[in-house]
Amino acid sequence: MPIEKFTTLISTCVPLPIENVDTDQIIPARFLKATTREGFGENLFRDWRYDKSGRPKDDFVLNANRYSGKILVTGKNFGSGSSREHAAWAIKDYGFSVVVSSFFADIFRNNSLNNGLLTVQVSETFLARLFEMTEADPSLKVKVDLENQKISVLPGGPEEGFEINPYKKNCLLNGYDDIDYLLSISDRIAEFEKSMK
Amino acid sequence: MNNKTIFDKIWDRHVVQTVPGGPDVLYIDRHFIHEVTSPQAFAGLKKRGAGVFHPEKTIATADHNIPTVNQHLTIHEELSRIQVEKLKTNCRDYNIELYGLNHPYNGIVHVIGPEMGITQPGMTIVCGDSHTSTHGAFGSIAFGIGTSEVEMVLASQCLMQAKPKTMRINIDGELQKGVTSKDIILYIISQISTGGATGYFVEYAGKAIRNLSMEARMTICNMSIEMGARGGLISPDQVTFEYIRGREYAPSGERWEEQVEFWKTLPSDDGAEFDRELFFSAADIEPMITYGTNPGMGTGISGKIPLMEEVDNASRNSFLKSLQYMDFSPGDIMTGKKVDYVFMGSCTNGRIEDLRNFASFVKGKKKAEDVTVWIVPGSKQVEKQAEEEGIRQILELAGFEMRQPGCSACLAMNEDKIPEGKYAVSTSNRNFEGRQGPGSRTMLASPLTAAAAAITGRVTDPRTFL
Repeated sequence: MPIEKFTTLISTCVPLPIENVDTDQIIPARFLKATTREGFGENLFRDWRYDKSGRPKDDFVLNANRYSGKILVTGKNFGSGSSREHAAWAIKDYGFSVVVSSFFADIFRNNSLNNGLLTVQVSETFLARLFEMTEADPSLKVKVDLENQKISVLPGGPEEGFEINPYKKNCLLNGYDDIDYLLSISDRIAEFEKSMK
Repeated sequence: MNNKTIFDKIWDRHVVQTVPGGPDVLYIDRHFIHEVTSPQAFAGLKKRGAGVFHPEKTIATADHNIPTVNQHLTIHEELSRIQVEKLKTNCRDYNIELYGLNHPYNGIVHVIGPEMGITQPGMTIVCGDSHTSTHGAFGSIAFGIGTSEVEMVLASQCLMQAKPKTMRINIDGELQKGVTSKDIILYIISQISTGGATGYFVEYAGKAIRNLSMEARMTICNMSIEMGARGGLISPDQVTFEYIRGREYAPSGERWEEQVEFWKTLPSDDGAEFDRELFFSAADIEPMITYGTNPGMGTGISGKIPLMEEVDNASRNSFLKSLQYMDFSPGDIMTGKKVDYVFMGSCTNGRIEDLRNFASFVKGKKKAEDVTVWIVPGSKQVEKQAEEEGIRQILELAGFEMRQPGCSACLAMNEDKIPEGKYAVSTSNRNFEGRQGPGSRTMLASPLTAAAAAITGRVTDPRTFL
């Protein structure tokens, strides 16, 4: 089953300059009771975004009218903690297509890429600059070019290359999914099992 | 030839093929599933018209979302009930063994795998839960996966994985009295931070590790993810073999001898090279307690919360945000802080040895009046054993009660939630904001330190009672 293709995105950014944002903050456990993949965006960053009575908190960035866009920019070590894929679903479902940070937790990164949500790891310096520039001018546009593995602030602002596993890159560019690949090699897997005795 | 790590030995023999320029297709020996992270995977399979490739290699339990009282009654929270029911139907439809609610083998997935002998050295083991690293204590490659990956394993018994780097963490020397394996792992994380092992698979080694029981080794491997590691493992030895022998799924007869011979070939070779190697001394480790909102924010119990000037410039905002949440101040002394709740349980510290430690500490003492204490065994079998060993009776005499097994307040998906603003000393694995209930404030510690808090109502050094 194809995932959504990703090639190039130009968008404004939403800055969340907090380190070690764990998956319990992205989507608290009490919202993991659904049995489908949809609708988690509603509760993205639930306890930072809403107060106890469910009213939006003015000081949280998703509630600030200043910021909008499809790129979430976050502090280092984003997505640590639980393996819940619901975290990636929530970010995607809310409307983000890219998360930028200087460091990602492993499982979160895998989960994101498996759902067509691109994680872009940049240097500390670039990240600091991006926070600064976005906060100074929320209408600032950033381009994420997967084919050339490059993130740049438009027009003519700072830019930086980013790493991505070539296989995963190919999957995202073409919308391929790992399960289709694994099902296509089932004979090879069966053969391997025989060799293991 | 003689320079492979245990990690390399196991990984390499499970590689079905390598995608050019990409990840390895890794064969998975054992797959555990539970009610929370599996329904979407089964739905995906159905949508594709795919089946479960090897139903006999997947084992299911209900643990995350179940009540820890009155388990014989219908789960009254609707969404939780639906998830547990869904697991039942999926297991029935796909012919997967389910140790569901009220089954004598029910329990937290990372407690039942080992106690039934399903977890064995040399295996690759995965589960849609980050604490799957627990099973690494047996010398297996075990790690947590997301739901799309659960679907992959159901469909093909394989995963697409890039091989992580390797790290060895050596703990040499002897532990002080009153210091447990929970303190070792909280100490390591406090030293290298919550992202300090990201990208690595960790092997724990050294005399202090060798001296630990299997239960204690599981506690260490369990929290590998809390420093970002893909997983953690310990080379198997006689302690491992003795633990496995005779358990339900353990090999027997000639097959047992064969397997033990194989398991003995697994430990890292003398000349094995690691991408990173760290050394700590067991004698430096005190009972630990966390003060912040990630497991790396911990200190020896006689210590203080760091001062602002001791924190990296770049991390100061996050540090302050965390202390504000806890309502603590830089420089605070930890002992003597008020404790409202104690949570004793979870896949980190919900095994029989943990209950024994807690019980031996509180024996002949009385629970502090203004503390609420939840003692939650990790499985039905742990519960039964605690009964048989007289642990329940010791606890009751000291004013405690034991609940029924489950993940409980570790992640507070069921009704076991620490109320807003309240302080809990917990033997679980995460002190994230709201982890144990919206607004809850968690301090992570060992079962001994939890027992000391339960008796005094304060953060207390358990060594003062020993």
